[in-house]
Amino acid sequence: MRNRRIGILALQGDFALHGVSLRAAGAETVDVRVSRQLDDLDGLVIPGGESTALLKLMEGTDFFEAIRGFHDRGGALYGTCAGVILLASRVGSPAQPSIGLLDVDIQRNGYGRQVDSFETSVPVPLLGDPPLPMIFIRAPVIRSVGAGVEILAELRGRPVMVRSGRILATTFHPELTPDTRIHRLFASMCAPVGRGRCVASVGGSVLR
Amino acid sequence: METNGLTLKTGLAEMLKGGVIMDVTNAIQAKIAEDAGAVSVMALERVPADIRAEGGIARMAPPKKIREIMDTVSIPVMAKVRIGHFVEAQILEALGVDYIDESEVLTPADDEHHIDKQAFKVPFVCGCRDLGEALRRIAEGAAMIRTKGEAGSGNIVEAVRHLRRVMREMKILHALPEEELVHKAKELGAPYELVRMVAKDAKLPVPNFAAGGIATPADAALCMQLGAETCFVGSGIFKSNDPEKRAKAIVKAVTHYRDPDILLQVSEDLGEPMKGIDVAKLDESELLQTRGW
Repeated sequence: MRNRRIGILALQGDFALHGVSLRAAGAETVDVRVSRQLDDLDGLVIPGGESTALLKLMEGTDFFEAIRGFHDRGGALYGTCAGVILLASRVGSPAQPSIGLLDVDIQRNGYGRQVDSFETSVPVPLLGDPPLPMIFIRAPVIRSVGAGVEILAELRGRPVMVRSGRILATTFHPELTPDTRIHRLFASMCAPVGRGRCVASVGGSVLR
Repeated sequence: METNGLTLKTGLAEMLKGGVIMDVTNAIQAKIAEDAGAVSVMALERVPADIRAEGGIARMAPPKKIREIMDTVSIPVMAKVRIGHFVEAQILEALGVDYIDESEVLTPADDEHHIDKQAFKVPFVCGCRDLGEALRRIAEGAAMIRTKGEAGSGNIVEAVRHLRRVMREMKILHALPEEELVHKAKELGAPYELVRMVAKDAKLPVPNFAAGGIATPADAALCMQLGAETCFVGSGIFKSNDPEKRAKAIVKAVTHYRDPDILLQVSEDLGEPMKGIDVAKLDESELLQTRGW
């Protein structure tokens, strides 16, 4: 099996660290700065950063449509922190535009300011032992999820990791830790796109 | 178990990478910066060009002004304290700012010691002119390093000098044999453990940003191509004659810093940049970069 080819949206944010984690998970990575680069990918990571800055950098480009089209063609998407805000169907405090592919209601800076940022470990049944280290930096809070959204981990009664079809989302930052289980999970969700194969499978073993 | 450490502090700096941090002096400017795509704003009473022009003692901005800016924007808000003034830092931490810049732009409060930044939960950024200075600040707990450049000058030459020097010194360390590192640490005036870390990785253990004299999209892209991971723009935006347009152009230039076609496109029709000064003509005593030890 060829390596998964995964793009990382590199307009702004901690895209470089996602590259390190994805390559450690066996994927080939591409920094994506213009939308035509999506054509040749199996998956796309939308990293953490500032969602307002990311939106501004997408303004006047066709990134929103291109990402929706990429997903329609069978591409997998993974958003962390600001990336989840961009993928969410509803964004609050303040409201702002979003790509809207993930049926969740999300509140920006839901835990407070930087002095309220924190790290912890949370069990994620899908990933097995040990509990997953989670780093929350001015993180958003998922307030509710739609019917098709599977909650994979919760903290303080709120979802922090969800999956919906070919979309994975975490409000924390696995790329800031050496644990690559999440990136391996995402790589397993990225089936080759546009090569005439079935692309909808997201189940199966996490560890290839 | 929930803990609070350096990962959280450098983590926020990681999120700011590839972005622009803009100096603002009021809520209106903060909103313009956010709308232009700034990843963060630095709340100040006066921009460095005015501090330079007006003279007098430059101190931490009034809390009311900082709070007004924090209430206006959703992006992280930074604020400056005087070198060594740990009480100004305690006040800013209580106020809830997201990052503190222990900055040579303000008048130093201590002519020997910087703040013990490990003692704080809020992360700090500090300026440097060379690797030794960067590592001393990191040893004190800085979670982000920026070049000093020459703030308020509108002249990129000093930021380029400092950036090149830090990058060059890291490459030299990386090439040195292990047994020369103790002597090198002494020469740099930096802790041996940090020197070893840089020698191994050929990069700083915290993000490395550029500041001091950036006035155009081309200046920002220059710093990025020289190895900076993000740019601070001080007087360069709100001392130009079309801040909104220039701010947006610099944001795009930092993202697409290796794409000359986009750099050309964003450099057109920006109006007048800030006037700027020739740093070589400044008297030694007028330099801000020599503050810090």
